[in-house]
Amino acid sequence: MLELQNVSLRYGDRQVLDGCSLRLEAGERLALMGPSGCGKTTLLRVALSLQSPDSGTVSCAARRIAAVFQEPRLLPWRTAEENVNLVLSDREDTMPEALAWLRKLELEDARGLCPAELSGGMQQRVSIARALAVKPELLVLDEPFKAMDDALHERVLQTVAVSSKNAALLLVTHSEEEARALSCRVLRWQDGRFA
Amino acid sequence: MSPAVRKLFRTLAVLLFWLLVWQFAALRVGQELLLPSPVQVARALYALSRTAEFWLTVGQSLLRVLSGIVLAALFGVLLAFLTHKSPLASALFSPLMTLVKSTPVASFIILALVWLGRGAVPLFIAALMVLPVVWSNMSAGLRGIDPQLLELSRVYRLPKARVLRRVVWPSVRPHLRSALRSALGLGWKAGIAAEVLTVPPYSIGKRIFEAKLYLETTELFAWTAAVILLSLTIERLLLRAVDGKDGTHA
Repeated sequence: MLELQNVSLRYGDRQVLDGCSLRLEAGERLALMGPSGCGKTTLLRVALSLQSPDSGTVSCAARRIAAVFQEPRLLPWRTAEENVNLVLSDREDTMPEALAWLRKLELEDARGLCPAELSGGMQQRVSIARALAVKPELLVLDEPFKAMDDALHERVLQTVAVSSKNAALLLVTHSEEEARALSCRVLRWQDGRFA
Repeated sequence: MSPAVRKLFRTLAVLLFWLLVWQFAALRVGQELLLPSPVQVARALYALSRTAEFWLTVGQSLLRVLSGIVLAALFGVLLAFLTHKSPLASALFSPLMTLVKSTPVASFIILALVWLGRGAVPLFIAALMVLPVVWSNMSAGLRGIDPQLLELSRVYRLPKARVLRRVVWPSVRPHLRSALRSALGLGWKAGIAAEVLTVPPYSIGKRIFEAKLYLETTELFAWTAAVILLSLTIERLLLRAVDGKDGTHA
């Protein structure tokens, strides 16, 4: 599904990734844990082909990929519902499906609101709804549950766990609980690499 | 009273104020040859508009100048995409656009007269005035697209047409709007100026030139008023087209 082989990347003098390898089979779930700045997000960006490594190879066989970034990345000029519909189609007839995903993330009342009218946590839930809506084969999550209170955090985790149960999942998190709730094998940052 | 109605009243009041100032100045001067009054100009414009030749002249000028504006706007948009994608194209065309913007329009009119013959000069000049304005505004719009949204489109493998419609167009639309607003006035005025200097048959510029030649100041003002009214109407129509049917969404 996803394979990174011996990937290295340097920003100026700083070696961010050094011979990093990772393999994710279909339906496999993996969490990357480590201190801030150790290269977790960079690894995700390389895995998503948003950044080319200096050396090493990246191959991905997934046709439907979805990602939730640390920032929600919503179209500011579109409503929550339209933001979810963006990944479904360019037509109106998929709007009920977009609404159904918003409902799962407890955002039905916010369907007609633009991102500027939503709180940070709500914006992040819209971006989670958008990711789940594509029924991804590979779901990449970069600390997606920030800015949510405890009760909501737990319910959203459950929704993601249930709705993505057939997807390969790559999660970056600082929370053991999130990794456990999403049934992830954990790779920790040790001695300059994930192990 | 709603803000829209209040704004309309304020605009009308300002218009009325300046018409009164003009009327007062015309009365003080007392010579139609030097400064006709707004009433005399309105009468002359009304009389002109009742002739078939007026509409033929307006139509021909519109066709010439608008063709230049539309062609330049389309080319400016395409060129902005090209220079945004290719550093080589940007290095080649950026100085050329600066050169076009800095060169006096009269120089271009004379050159175009030599190169193209008088029929094509207004179209060419209008296009030349519009092109750098549309290009520079569109380039700024393309530079301003949120890279995070483009990354998102790549990750979700959104079709190119959807990215253009949902991400690129709403980002560049305010820039294109402001470009068209400045370019239209500029292109229209430069096109008419080119007509005055090249006097093609059935053109507003030719009529302005003849009015000047025969000291028909009132007719000169009437044609100028027609140019202003046409410019405002075209600007409204074109901006409405850019805004889309709901005026806010892409």
